[in-house]
Amino acid sequence: MRHIISVLLENEAGALSRVAGLFSARGYNIESLTVAPTEDETLSRMTIVTSGSDDIIEQINKQLNKLVDVVKVVDLSEGGHIERELMLVKVRAVGKDREEMKRMADIFRGRIIDVTDKDYTIELTGPGSKLDAFLKAIDQVAILETVRTGASGIGRGDRILKV
Amino acid sequence: MQLSGAEIVVRCLQEEGVDHVFGYPGGAVLFLYDELFKQDKVKHVLVRHEQAAVHAADAYARSTDKVGVALVTSGPGVTNAITGIATAYMDSIPLVILTGQVPTYAIGEDAFQECDTVGITRPCVKHNFLVKDVSDLALTIKKAFYIAATGRPGPVVVDIPKDITAHKAEFAYPKSIAMRSYNPVVKGHAGQIKKAIKLLLEAKRPMIYTGGGVILGDASAELAQLVRLLDFPCTNTLMGLGGFPATDRHFLGMLGMHGTYEANMAMQHCDVLLAVGARFDDRVIGNPKHFFEQPRKIVHIDIDPASISKRVKVDVPVVGNVREVLKELTRQIEAARGGPDKEALKAWWTQIELWRGRDCLKYDRTSAIIKPQFVIEKLYEVTKGDAFVTSDVGQHQMWAAQFYKFDKPRRWINSGGLGTMGVGLPYAMGVQMAHPKATVACVTGEASVQMCIQELSTCKQYRLPVKLVNLNNRYMGMVRQWQEFFHGNRYSESYMDALPDFVKLAEAYGHVGMRIEKPADVEPALKEAFSRKKDLVFLDFITDQTENVFPMVPGGKGLSEMILV
Repeated sequence: MRHIISVLLENEAGALSRVAGLFSARGYNIESLTVAPTEDETLSRMTIVTSGSDDIIEQINKQLNKLVDVVKVVDLSEGGHIERELMLVKVRAVGKDREEMKRMADIFRGRIIDVTDKDYTIELTGPGSKLDAFLKAIDQVAILETVRTGASGIGRGDRILKV
Repeated sequence: MQLSGAEIVVRCLQEEGVDHVFGYPGGAVLFLYDELFKQDKVKHVLVRHEQAAVHAADAYARSTDKVGVALVTSGPGVTNAITGIATAYMDSIPLVILTGQVPTYAIGEDAFQECDTVGITRPCVKHNFLVKDVSDLALTIKKAFYIAATGRPGPVVVDIPKDITAHKAEFAYPKSIAMRSYNPVVKGHAGQIKKAIKLLLEAKRPMIYTGGGVILGDASAELAQLVRLLDFPCTNTLMGLGGFPATDRHFLGMLGMHGTYEANMAMQHCDVLLAVGARFDDRVIGNPKHFFEQPRKIVHIDIDPASISKRVKVDVPVVGNVREVLKELTRQIEAARGGPDKEALKAWWTQIELWRGRDCLKYDRTSAIIKPQFVIEKLYEVTKGDAFVTSDVGQHQMWAAQFYKFDKPRRWINSGGLGTMGVGLPYAMGVQMAHPKATVACVTGEASVQMCIQELSTCKQYRLPVKLVNLNNRYMGMVRQWQEFFHGNRYSESYMDALPDFVKLAEAYGHVGMRIEKPADVEPALKEAFSRKKDLVFLDFITDQTENVFPMVPGGKGLSEMILV
């Protein structure tokens, strides 16, 4: 099953590689991993999307907690949560496709953030499935380049992850 | 007062009460060695290879309850130390390894003797640090000792660039330390302890299985008290030997791949299992599927939550310091009304005695060739069961584990998790340094001992009167045994050709060498060797080439599917 795990860790050199190393050493999956400092600059927050049986997920949580740099671990998928991913897509936009591409971006609540006479760069956020849907909906040949951040997640309501 | 980084390191070691550092100098640690030279509180032990420095520090820690300390230079100093660090990591041994590094301004430039120490050691340490500012040095070393010794112990590397050892900073050693990201659990959860007691008191066929956690957690007295109170059978893992007195009638011997018949049968057939500081590894329970064909309830006490339900699902996990939890269990069981089911227990013990009667460790005592088991039995007698015994890895290790009855913890020093050949001699050095008056025997084989043989020179320099008991069967015995059983007797590359004359080799290093070829000479030779209190004696026992270790649970088989003699 797919799980989305949030980790608060010391914002120190090498902390990211400890987490990445743990996953590769123990053969756990990483679908995506994002990390950035938080409002408290001594802490980084990481969102890991992974999958595995209940036993594997239990071990992932325990092994993450065991890392000396890790302050807190929460499996967001255990309760209500929201996840968002950012995607930038460069698409060909010439002739009659130019108007169509603009329309598609609007339908998916995307924004065109860069324009040339031949292409658009569209910014899109949402759950991963929405980004997938957008890529499927537009003309495949028109896609020139995509870049995605991987999911960031947060608990719903008063579920708060803080030190 | 402003001190240099090198002075700070030495002051920190003094503050931590470190009396021995095992190491080897080099370019990146010259300032550190200069400071060591100027003082006499911290004694430096010069090994002949960095691997041995870490092994010796590791054994120093295993045989005491202190943190072992090793000091090596950058680059090859570190890479040589890796085997030692990984060995300690697998067995959860508290170590601090100080490593030299090229100056901060040269890091990343492929400088001479540069390696990414933090990167290379990351998968085999509990934690590691690269010190980039001299003002962080003292706090970092404090953290290193704290992390190494607390919770589930383990090795911690502190990588110190050369310029940091020259820079100056104000020195103040913190008395205590708290880290928001690291808070090991101590006390067990009260509710879990209650559940555990309920299961234990309801058991009809109970079993207590304990590992290295009891040794590292200094919980043997508490374990013995609980076992005797309950009158339950007890077995130890390879790492746990000495955790419960081997001469006590409750002890069923070691369990696992080369465990006794009675221990493995009781483990397989028990209805309630209490696991203490042990991790159900592949060499202990055999095939997990087979293990679960027999229903049983499991209580698992461990300080490391990640060790619980890793290979085996347990019913009642108790996370906590094993000593604290065992104490609490004993206290509450004593206070509880009614003890274990006496009738059921009596029937269970009758069954166990039948298994014990199988005498699974028997061997040919009439042989004209020296049997390795016989040497260990005599070693036990001659040393009155009171020696520190280190071993290497292989058949000799298993025979030592089976035939030397350890009544005290921290007496049996071997590499269980990583299974590192070559540890025996440096382990013996570390133990002898920690216990100068004690009798220290290194049970080894002609293959293992050659992996760190250069340390005979260190033993000479420091006059370490270690006794090497070399079970010389001219084969990598355990490899040969597997080839005999599972590879159609094709002894591919397991014959030890071109062996040195170990007697002459010992003499060349300035020690005493003895070769023993007849069973009748075994005891007299051991007596003579152990009466030489000041000498290192290399006893080269020419043993039976064909002897195998029994019982044996073949790989992939169940615990009760043993090959017996």
